[in-house]
Amino acid sequence: MSDQQNPSVPAIELINVSRRFLSPDGKSFMTLQDFSMTVARGEFVALVGPTGCGKSTTLNLITGLGRPSSGEVRVMGQPVRGIDPRVGFVFQADALFPWRNVIDNVAAGPLFRGRPRAEAYEAAHDWIGRVGLAKFERHYPHQLSGGMRKRVALAQTFINGPEILLMDEPFSALDVQTRVVMHEELLQLWSISKASVVFVTHDLEEAIGLADKVYVLTARPATVKAIHAIDIPRPRVISEIRYEPHFIELSRTIWKDLREEVQMSSDDMKSAA
Amino acid sequence: MTDIAIQSGGAILYAPGTSDVEIEAAARAAALQRKRTVIFWRCFILAVMLGAWEVTARTGIIDAFFYSYPSAIAERLYELVLEGTDEAPLWYHLWITMEEALIGFFFGSVFGIVFGVALGRNRMASDVLSVYIKVLNAIPRVVLAPIFILLFGFGLWSKVALSFIMVFFVVFSNAFQGVLEADRAMIANAQILGASPWQVTRSVIIPSAMSWIFASLHISFGFAIVGAIVGEFIGARYGIGFIIQTARGVHDTAEMYASIVIIVVVVLTAEYLMTLLEQRLARWRPAPVGDGHE
Repeated sequence: MSDQQNPSVPAIELINVSRRFLSPDGKSFMTLQDFSMTVARGEFVALVGPTGCGKSTTLNLITGLGRPSSGEVRVMGQPVRGIDPRVGFVFQADALFPWRNVIDNVAAGPLFRGRPRAEAYEAAHDWIGRVGLAKFERHYPHQLSGGMRKRVALAQTFINGPEILLMDEPFSALDVQTRVVMHEELLQLWSISKASVVFVTHDLEEAIGLADKVYVLTARPATVKAIHAIDIPRPRVISEIRYEPHFIELSRTIWKDLREEVQMSSDDMKSAA
Repeated sequence: MTDIAIQSGGAILYAPGTSDVEIEAAARAAALQRKRTVIFWRCFILAVMLGAWEVTARTGIIDAFFYSYPSAIAERLYELVLEGTDEAPLWYHLWITMEEALIGFFFGSVFGIVFGVALGRNRMASDVLSVYIKVLNAIPRVVLAPIFILLFGFGLWSKVALSFIMVFFVVFSNAFQGVLEADRAMIANAQILGASPWQVTRSVIIPSAMSWIFASLHISFGFAIVGAIVGEFIGARYGIGFIIQTARGVHDTAEMYASIVIIVVVVLTAEYLMTLLEQRLARWRPAPVGDGHE
């Protein structure tokens, strides 16, 4: 049995990964240092950490858009070389194509991958229905609200059937009410797709509400400070669980870890300024 | 309107109890009124300018030999349209100039877009070639006119070459800049969705550079006409530039101004058509927010 099919092989492994960047004036600095993380098949992992600590860098290494300076990144047991077709990515910024209407945006993935037009549009139509935008197929992104655009982004990503789903603060630009609705939407799509998820956020409640495991990262250079298992049973009702004692207890414990790092990172910024 | 609308520091306050229908009617009336005022002042300024020109030229305050005057120009324009010149009817001259400008414009924009996008997508090539492009760009285009006449003769192709070179650099540098401005997240999104480099270029880079490219096309059609006319000044048998040059030879200033009017009409028409085309292609863009300004 090859590693590709063997379910005991983790979906994502980062083994002692470091990543250096060169600043414009030629100095090198480290954003990730000896970073190790394992995501099992079908597991939902959230990364929280102070602003600018290197959370997005981690995701770039998994997509293959970036390379580690040392260490190894493996996807389904294989070292990452270039962009893996099994990976889906939901961006923080609006990354929809503004000159394409909703259905053309959602059909983009299958069309890029060479599936026949009719098939691609049929799948797109289906996914748009699943995210509740059936009436908006011919609308352009600028005609939709922020929450609706995120739904399009989810459909655009899920249509490719990603086995690995990377999300970089995808809902940070939404208002609180819309965000909760999107969390529930995401959990539902995820429970069907069985993808392994890495969800980057700076919102601790979001992390606890969604994830099986929360990784707390240190201030730059980022490394893993603590891993917390979230044993809240599924299916979860996001709008309700945040008031449960166990949820509050978890947030308090994790926040203790996180606070020190946030403090440190803001001290760094003050001394740098 | 004084019964329902109370003017207060520029903003309109409506009396309590005013219905939506009344408010909408008042807003429509105000918009129409504003539009009428704008048109009135436009016509007024035109009338004053032309009137002043006519009067000062006829009374000898300015020299009518150099400046001519509107009624003489209108008359000459009328004759040109009906009878043309000794060589050919006006339409033939206009067609020649347009042919030169359009061919130059077409190839200039196509090459400009292709090279701009290609260099924008290829860092190494753009680093290597940028110095040459700067040097070529520093050459005032008009000085090439005599060289092109020598190279391509007095016919069509010397003017096409001049139009081409006028258009190319403008379109090229805008297309290049447009490619560099393309959104990073959008490119990454396309790549992860499965786009090959060519698919990224076609479905992300070119559409997002399009507004830059269109901005340059607007300006460069005027440049294409400049190229054609300057070429005709240096040596031609037909064309609007040729008419102006001949009129200068016989001190017919009215005819020179009449030719300028013809060119202005042509450029404005082309501009209008281009705006229509751009609006068709850019249906995806948010409509500008209407606040009563036209």
